[in-house]
Amino acid sequence: MNGTGLLRRVAPQLLTLAAVLALVTVFFPSFLSVGLSGDRLVGSPIDVLKRGAPVALLAIGMTLVIATRGIDLSVGAIMAICGASAAFAVDQGWSLGVAVLLALGAGLLCGLWNGFLVAVLGIQPIVATLILMVAGRGIAQLITEGQILTFSDAGFAFLGSGAVLGLPVPAWAWILAGIVVGLVVRRTALGLLIESVGVNLRASRLAGVNSTVLLLTVYMISGLCAALAGLIVTGDIRGADANNAGLWLELDAILAVAIGGTSLLGGRFSILASLIGAMIIQSINTGILLAGFPPEFNLVIKAILVLLILMLQSPRLGDVAAGLLARRRRADETGAAPRPVQEAGR
Amino acid sequence: MTKILLASASALVLGTAASAQVVGFSQIGSESGWRAAETTVTQQEAEARGIDLQFSDAQQKQENQIAAVRSFVAQGVDAILLAPVVATGWDAVLEEAKEAEIPVVLLDRMVDSDPSLYLTAVGSDLVHEGEVAGQWLAEQVGEEPCRVVELQGTTGSSPAIDRAQGFRNGIEGHANIEIVQSQTGDFTRAQGKTVMEAFLQAENGGADICALYAHNDDMAVGAIQAIKEAGLKPGEDILVVSIDAVPDIFQAMAAGEANATVELTPNMAGPAFDALQAYWDNGTEPEKFIQTESKLYTQADDPQGEYDRRKGLGY
Repeated sequence: MNGTGLLRRVAPQLLTLAAVLALVTVFFPSFLSVGLSGDRLVGSPIDVLKRGAPVALLAIGMTLVIATRGIDLSVGAIMAICGASAAFAVDQGWSLGVAVLLALGAGLLCGLWNGFLVAVLGIQPIVATLILMVAGRGIAQLITEGQILTFSDAGFAFLGSGAVLGLPVPAWAWILAGIVVGLVVRRTALGLLIESVGVNLRASRLAGVNSTVLLLTVYMISGLCAALAGLIVTGDIRGADANNAGLWLELDAILAVAIGGTSLLGGRFSILASLIGAMIIQSINTGILLAGFPPEFNLVIKAILVLLILMLQSPRLGDVAAGLLARRRRADETGAAPRPVQEAGR
Repeated sequence: MTKILLASASALVLGTAASAQVVGFSQIGSESGWRAAETTVTQQEAEARGIDLQFSDAQQKQENQIAAVRSFVAQGVDAILLAPVVATGWDAVLEEAKEAEIPVVLLDRMVDSDPSLYLTAVGSDLVHEGEVAGQWLAEQVGEEPCRVVELQGTTGSSPAIDRAQGFRNGIEGHANIEIVQSQTGDFTRAQGKTVMEAFLQAENGGADICALYAHNDDMAVGAIQAIKEAGLKPGEDILVVSIDAVPDIFQAMAAGEANATVELTPNMAGPAFDALQAYWDNGTEPEKFIQTESKLYTQADDPQGEYDRRKGLGY
């Protein structure tokens, strides 16, 4: 996809993001202001980039999984497992490098498990990943022994709340991960192969695509992204909360992919659009907190905004709108021709 | 001589057997650190009194609890402690215990059954906890104007409703104290931190905030990190008061980053055993509700020592 093609692909998401930002700015005028505090940027847009990191990271992996016509419900639980593993490692006095490797390894292993169930055993993805979604929190609780496992390792905390060149580390993490994965799938044939598996698994297999390895790979990438997200949320609160880390985030990640315009039926996908989708969701979340509504309204407001966004993107509503526009144009061109017909109809 | 020794030995055995009361304890499960601590403290209290505690973990299921209570009744224990997972559906099993003349003491949570079916209930008053926090803040700021941000518990949960109400009661009549932001932090550290960041943005980078009131300590711990990352000093620039008294908040208080916490004591069993002892000794009927103390801890109350005392309780 060249530059203008890419821009055309993500234009609806960019417009939606702009609309959400404008809406929040109406309720909270200084929403878009960014300042400098010490050597780091502060302000609501920076909070959005930082707080949106877990969902954005999950959305990268989720986009690839969904493109193969799959779904990964276990990413929230994988976050909890990986966060708990890393916290356990630093709590044992092991070095940060070991802790990070342990977490990433755990993420890969979880992804391999999901991929094995889907690609080798042929279990439907929603059922296969549901297993780890349910069991994963239990595994994480076993690692933390049911407590919030706290630590004071400055390096680990830096992963969650540090800043490089003014920008929070979590923001760097999802931006860089997005660029790397995006380049890998689009500068090679990998993206095309993923799409072909999603469109028609049997045809791709007959055409010589090794779908088993491909499916294993996408679930492992998803696990790896979840591991990064788990490291970030754990570093952020300097503690592994097995009960709550990543809770329900798999649903936000799926939503980000859907807002990004990738069909849940598999096939064509756009990581960039999913990432913008994640930022749209986070802007809504942060905006609701800033707007000062009573907390009882949070979920309803979010649901209404998401519904509006999805309605605007609905192809059928788009057809209706296009039809209405065309009709009006026709009416303008031929004078008031349709009107007498309508009146006659009464 | 041998006979006398044997006789005295058997008397000793009989003596201890008679005095060691057997108490069945049906616990909800290990849903939170606080509940784990409650279990530990209950076992400690029983041991200190020489009570033989039969422990049963219901894993958050009422049917398990009902089965446990039935088996305690069948064993013929001297008393039953019950931390009910839900409020309804206890009538039948409580009547069985009553017919067997086994006193039942409710811990921490209430049931909707007739009060005659249980001996007493031991619990904290959630509204009172909020009041203690509010009164502390009112005393602390005096006549100075104070803009308070509030991190609420899970929307609609009874601790969130009651602790919000209690705090408002506590600051009533102090027009200088105003709650300017109020949002839910879902009782978690991560949400506490996230929401506090938004509060800081909304209140001029935090410069306009005088105090934070969090419905539990975990949210306060998260918020303290957010305050530090915004370049402010928690405990000085922004006063921090919360509820529960878990070990980590004492660590924060020892570091001067939190100011006060109101204890939700995990020691519900102590008062329960006291009431039971009086009942066993001379049939004294206790009040139907025994309220535990909502003790206020500040930086002056040896937070490091409190941390050391609590960290082993399983929070």
